[in-house]
Amino acid sequence: MLQKLSCCVQNHLYRPCPKHFPPVQSPEAPGLAVRLNTVLLFSLQIFINNEWHDAVSKKTFPSINPATGEVICQVAEGDKADVDKAVKAAKAAFQLGSPWRRMDASHRGKLLNRLADLIERDRAYLAALETLDNGKPYSVSYLVDLDMVVKCLRYFAGWSDKFHGKTIPLDGDFFCYTRHEPVGVCGQIIPWNFPLLMQAWKLGPALATGNVVVMKVAEQTPLSALYVANLIKEAGFPPGVVNIIPGYGPTAGAAISSHMDIDKVAFTGSTEVGHLIQKAAAESNLKRVTLELGGKSPNIIMSDADMDWAVDQAHFALFFNQGQCCCAGSRTYVQEDIYHEFVERSVEKAKSRVVGNPFDFKTEQGPQVDEEQFKKILGYISTGKREGAKLLCGGNPAADRGYFIQPTVFGDVQDSMTIAREEIFGPVMQILKFKTIEEVIERANDSKYGLAAAVFTKDLDKANYVSQGLRAGTVWINCYDVFGAQAPFGGYKASGNGRELGEYGLEAYVEVKNVTIKIPQKNS
Amino acid sequence: MAGENEEKLNQNKIFINNEWHDSVSGKKFEVFNPANEEKICEVEEGDKADVDKAVKAARKAFELGSPWRTMDASERGRLLNKLADLVERDRLILATMEAIDGGKLFSTAYLMDLGACIKTLHYCAGWADKIHGRTVPMDGNFFTFTRHEPIGVCGQIIPWNFPLVMFIWKIAPALCCGNTVVVKPAEQTPLTALYMGSLIKEAGFPPGVVNIVPGFGPTAGAAISHHMDVDKVAFTGSTEVGKLIKEAAGKSNLKRVTLELGGKSPNIIFADADLDTAVEFAHIGLFYHQGQCCIAGSRIFVEEPIYDEFVRRSIERAKKYTLGNPLLPGVQQGPQIDKEQFQKILELIESGKKEGAKLECGGGPWGDKGYFIQPTVFSNVTDDMRIAKEEIFGPVQQIMKFKTIDEVIKRANNTTYGLAAAVFTKDIDKALTFAAALQAGTVWVNCYSAMSAQCPFGGFKMSGNGREMGEYGLHEYTEVKTVTIKIPQKNS
Repeated sequence: MLQKLSCCVQNHLYRPCPKHFPPVQSPEAPGLAVRLNTVLLFSLQIFINNEWHDAVSKKTFPSINPATGEVICQVAEGDKADVDKAVKAAKAAFQLGSPWRRMDASHRGKLLNRLADLIERDRAYLAALETLDNGKPYSVSYLVDLDMVVKCLRYFAGWSDKFHGKTIPLDGDFFCYTRHEPVGVCGQIIPWNFPLLMQAWKLGPALATGNVVVMKVAEQTPLSALYVANLIKEAGFPPGVVNIIPGYGPTAGAAISSHMDIDKVAFTGSTEVGHLIQKAAAESNLKRVTLELGGKSPNIIMSDADMDWAVDQAHFALFFNQGQCCCAGSRTYVQEDIYHEFVERSVEKAKSRVVGNPFDFKTEQGPQVDEEQFKKILGYISTGKREGAKLLCGGNPAADRGYFIQPTVFGDVQDSMTIAREEIFGPVMQILKFKTIEEVIERANDSKYGLAAAVFTKDLDKANYVSQGLRAGTVWINCYDVFGAQAPFGGYKASGNGRELGEYGLEAYVEVKNVTIKIPQKNS
Repeated sequence: MAGENEEKLNQNKIFINNEWHDSVSGKKFEVFNPANEEKICEVEEGDKADVDKAVKAARKAFELGSPWRTMDASERGRLLNKLADLVERDRLILATMEAIDGGKLFSTAYLMDLGACIKTLHYCAGWADKIHGRTVPMDGNFFTFTRHEPIGVCGQIIPWNFPLVMFIWKIAPALCCGNTVVVKPAEQTPLTALYMGSLIKEAGFPPGVVNIVPGFGPTAGAAISHHMDVDKVAFTGSTEVGKLIKEAAGKSNLKRVTLELGGKSPNIIFADADLDTAVEFAHIGLFYHQGQCCIAGSRIFVEEPIYDEFVRRSIERAKKYTLGNPLLPGVQQGPQIDKEQFQKILELIESGKKEGAKLECGGGPWGDKGYFIQPTVFSNVTDDMRIAKEEIFGPVQQIMKFKTIDEVIKRANNTTYGLAAAVFTKDIDKALTFAAALQAGTVWVNCYSAMSAQCPFGGFKMSGNGREMGEYGLHEYTEVKTVTIKIPQKNS
């Protein structure tokens, strides 16, 4: 598999690429120097009306390579004035009679499929940009992130002409039906942990249902999403339908959430900022809000679970993406009979996790995304030690350059400890012990979060009972982090509002209009 | 590349398990070009023995654990999208073949037929991973859910009027839901269906998922509808044969049946309609593809005040026709499909004259070779005439007069058919009244023949059972299984 990948990348080495996009170099990884030529114009700027603009203020900010701490390049810094421009463009593209409004729904699907084709075409380059900007291992960017991006867009392409309104048998002499209209101008604020995938999760349903978008990409990871803007234009989306603004939360993000002319805002990020977005929406124009926030997801291992598989999956559940998943299984509850063996095996597994240069195919874990996260995670580790959790491995930075942290495991964790209650968002695993099924369900639900959960057991009754009882938007049984564009994803409680993906994911992007027509005589 | 295409053009055999087979009997049949009555080629003639082989292959491909059964639903969608791309790539070849074999105008075949094929494949591809079962709040301590499973081996018998479109309308929803199929294309027009066999293989569908058996109705078709191992039969064709199919299904294994049959669709024109638009739609609504459409608007009811003017304009419109070789530009009407149809239509025209309808233009054959009939218009048609009751399936337009709304609703519905209908009016109340009152599977308002993959299509009464296309079309290719699991304690 590693060899096949390397050939794949080699084949893409000399593909023409956008101008101003950085050559992707990796001196520490012998045999893999991805040097790419550049072609397109104005790509590290603000994308409005299918054109590239400097920030109104002319300011730029640096995008950093977390593996080295070095600046990759400067990117235009969008602020309120740029958001205003983008919203204007989006509004114009959404006017009654516009090309986008008049387009066959099936044609919207065709454009989304075309975008998926283009992303597939440029898969190797996009994966390289993703790794450079975010730090996730290249093999994962290429095989997992990019694969899911393409599938997500194709999935929603298929929905474009299938989200039906209804005709309704109203009392009286009336003909009544509903139209599923696009909501309008959708502000979409996306995070840095899965930059391309989060972009696809947002664009897919919004565009399938006919909306127009003003998207703010994370300041830590703007590059791959901006490249996709080129492809959006190439695919044939009319100008103004998708607008992309790199910038910061308190400026560009806040401008979106409080904008009087944005009809809906979708945000993925921390619960803390989620509160701000909802407040701003309420205080401005009551724009519709969907939020996909943090989690402290319980992963419950019953004593009859397949031990090898459970250890493997629990490790994956926490450490995937450098621990930077909203749904990370960050409270591993292990039934007391198997607790010691489980802990021992988990520590062994964590110790063998390969941390290194994300462009090296042997690497399993790259750096954390930036210095802020890096410091925050190390802070939680020391809090864990201080509050009495047992540090079983790791606990320190893994290198003297970049934001690498050793895979860390804490045992004998109690529910009241900070590391058991707060989202760490790093490679720090908490293992807790439980006795009975009723006890663990209660403890699992004792959290302000409710994003995901899992149970490992061979017993049919236990599986059904636990999955019913857990207050979480996704419950995995004998697996973890299984995602598909077809399946709805979202949080209970403070983990969010609303669902993304699946048919359910379309609901937040339509406004239902009831049309009732008086008729001479109603007949069934 | 040229060699590959040539190989594809030589596909005139039976397609089973992604391979090409001779007929078990060794027999072949001839395929003709209706524009000049010349033989195009010979095709292997499938009969019961070949149908048995095909059903065996389809059954195997449907086995639990097979590549097709274990495939991701999204992957089924990807294969259908790939097939659409291949049809688009070979659009020119397919359109030409369809025009020659089916007597179809080339421009129409290329733009309309092929366009519809590609869009339908993309549409159904999109549904593949969106077929949702339900979880159901049952009484008691149970966890209940439904699986929407494929039915199994589906026999599909398709007609000669839109050979490729009908082929796609049948296989696309069937495959999208995960079924395997045995298709019998019409004996008049097997060529484009067989070409599709090579594209299906190229797209990557596993062997046995699609099998194509060219042959005749009473032999191959009957073998399908009687087969004890075919789980469902879908048929598009005449009402007469539709009844045989349903009977055979009942006699054999109670296979599920969907039928898309004939029509005698009413097209109602009110005095407040935009007259130009109405005349044009009424004209195309009847004369499209030489009148060989199940939805042909073959009873045009015109409100008395505008009747004379409507007739006058319709005659003028029908006269502006060039008949000839459908491959040539500038030709507006091609031949009827074969001698049998040709004779049937002429016989009905004679009955019209005999029974007292006024022949306004046309009324007979055209040319000395090929099955051409002049565009024909009858006025002063009354409801009891044969031309007002029986499906003609030819370029023969009937125009009748009406006075009131209630009268025309009754007359429009006074038929055993119920496939389509239309009303032309600017008045909102009239439009919505007719939308409710007409007993037809599709009602058009201020248009005719407007169809698209998203819309369910099918007949009331003897025009058929079930719907094709749209989300509704998937129901006919799905078997619902309820799974009920006992649990220790149910919580909402």
